Amino acid sequence: MVNITVNKNSVTVAPGTTVAAAILNSGLAGFRRSTGREMRGPLCGMGICFECRVTIDGINHQRSCTVMAEDGMEIEISD
Amino acid sequence: MIEVETDILVVGGGAAGMSAALAASSYSGATVTLVDNNAKLGGQIWRAELGKSKSAEARSFIKAIETKRIRIFNDAQVFAAPTNTSVLAETSRGTARFEYNKLILATGARERFLPFPGWTLPGVFGAGGLQALVKGGFDVAGKRIVVAGSGPLLLVVAEYLKSKGAKVIAVAEQAPASRINRFAIGLWRSPAKLAQALWLRMKLFGVSYLTDTWVTDVRSLGSGRSNGPIIVTFNRHGKKWQVEGDYLACGFDLVPNNELASLIGCKIENSFVSVDEFQRTTCENVFCAGEPTGIGGVAASLVEGTIAGLCSVDATDAARMSFATRDRSQRFAAQLTRTFALRDELRSLANDNTIVCRCEDVDFGRLREFDSWRAAKLQTRCGMGPCQGRICGAAAQFLFDWKIGPARPPIFPIKLENL
Repeated sequence: MVNITVNKNSVTVAPGTTVAAAILNSGLAGFRRSTGREMRGPLCGMGICFECRVTIDGINHQRSCTVMAEDGMEIEISD
Repeated sequence: MIEVETDILVVGGGAAGMSAALAASSYSGATVTLVDNNAKLGGQIWRAELGKSKSAEARSFIKAIETKRIRIFNDAQVFAAPTNTSVLAETSRGTARFEYNKLILATGARERFLPFPGWTLPGVFGAGGLQALVKGGFDVAGKRIVVAGSGPLLLVVAEYLKSKGAKVIAVAEQAPASRINRFAIGLWRSPAKLAQALWLRMKLFGVSYLTDTWVTDVRSLGSGRSNGPIIVTFNRHGKKWQVEGDYLACGFDLVPNNELASLIGCKIENSFVSVDEFQRTTCENVFCAGEPTGIGGVAASLVEGTIAGLCSVDATDAARMSFATRDRSQRFAAQLTRTFALRDELRSLANDNTIVCRCEDVDFGRLREFDSWRAAKLQTRCGMGPCQGRICGAAAQFLFDWKIGPARPPIFPIKLENL
């Protein structure tokens, strides 16, 4: 299994799980705020819409649906 | 910068791209390179599940590709075409420049999304979008899901979600029953065994498949980041009713990924890349196969890929042997397009406050002040966010009849240091 943290909370997922799926499995559906401060979550699931952007290991604006979760990854969803 | 020289460059590792790469390398000693923006080959229709491909057909293609001397670049996003013999891609190791003699575009398709009140809420996904997320490990067991929009993909998605333990409340298809029934009857005579099998399975599963039905509105009962229940409002023949669920999976068929073709300067007509019988675009040495030339599904993609691959190495006689198969697939595709044509009522779902451009939060009321995509872009930044109009462009094209494009480099946002 793969262990990551989402806003410091630990989440365990199966190998091959995307970061987006891991966040959703942790019970969170809102991934980011839009320019108008609306809550948004993943839409297209294939790296096109950019709605699932989060900070992964300190690098912001990562499309979480295109990144595989890896042991020790730190995911941050800013407010 | 990574420098790669190749005789044949294939962009896209889905059904069309893989069959093109295989055909080209099987019929010649040409060097073949395949560039794909996903972690694994297979594209969208054969997207891997937790990193492993479930389709036997996909696995056999991937295996065949790996045994050929085809160079594969995964996680590589093509973003520019600086000359007429090269493209640039962003990879995890920086920018790669691919110099080619022949280029095969197999860039696939994405879902079309149409705005309605509530479509931007977390918990509202694309139909194929939700399926992709579940393939990526999103656990939907026990979740109540409404599948809506249009197209045969809705059936595939509903069946898939059900197999993962979700409770599919309903499948709402906007196309009228008369057309769907005619299509379903036609399936018995067509070679589309997959569609036929799906149709049967849906019946067996007892999921209610509602035709003439679309979602007009979604509200969330949740708050903050956690996923609360949603209330989905349906419309059927003017009758409205509501259901409560956990998620909505909604997409209106597919639109082609034509940005790279547009950037290169290929002729594009009604969003589709123009090709001749050899899958040649209007640009010299540039071929195109699969969904960018017309939404035709996996069968059409495979055969068009084969023809493009063969023609790219001048094996035109071998390619001709596949023309009849392609004609059959394209006839089926044309039937699909007619069956699932979008109804006019979908143009009036958004109200003035409904967001159309999700990247820049531009609403419908703002956009309808303009008479062209270009004017709207310049005045509102619509289509100028990170998705670069891939989502709102297709919506605006349907809502306002605007001509979208042409694409400009970089066609995907990339890190500054990779420019």
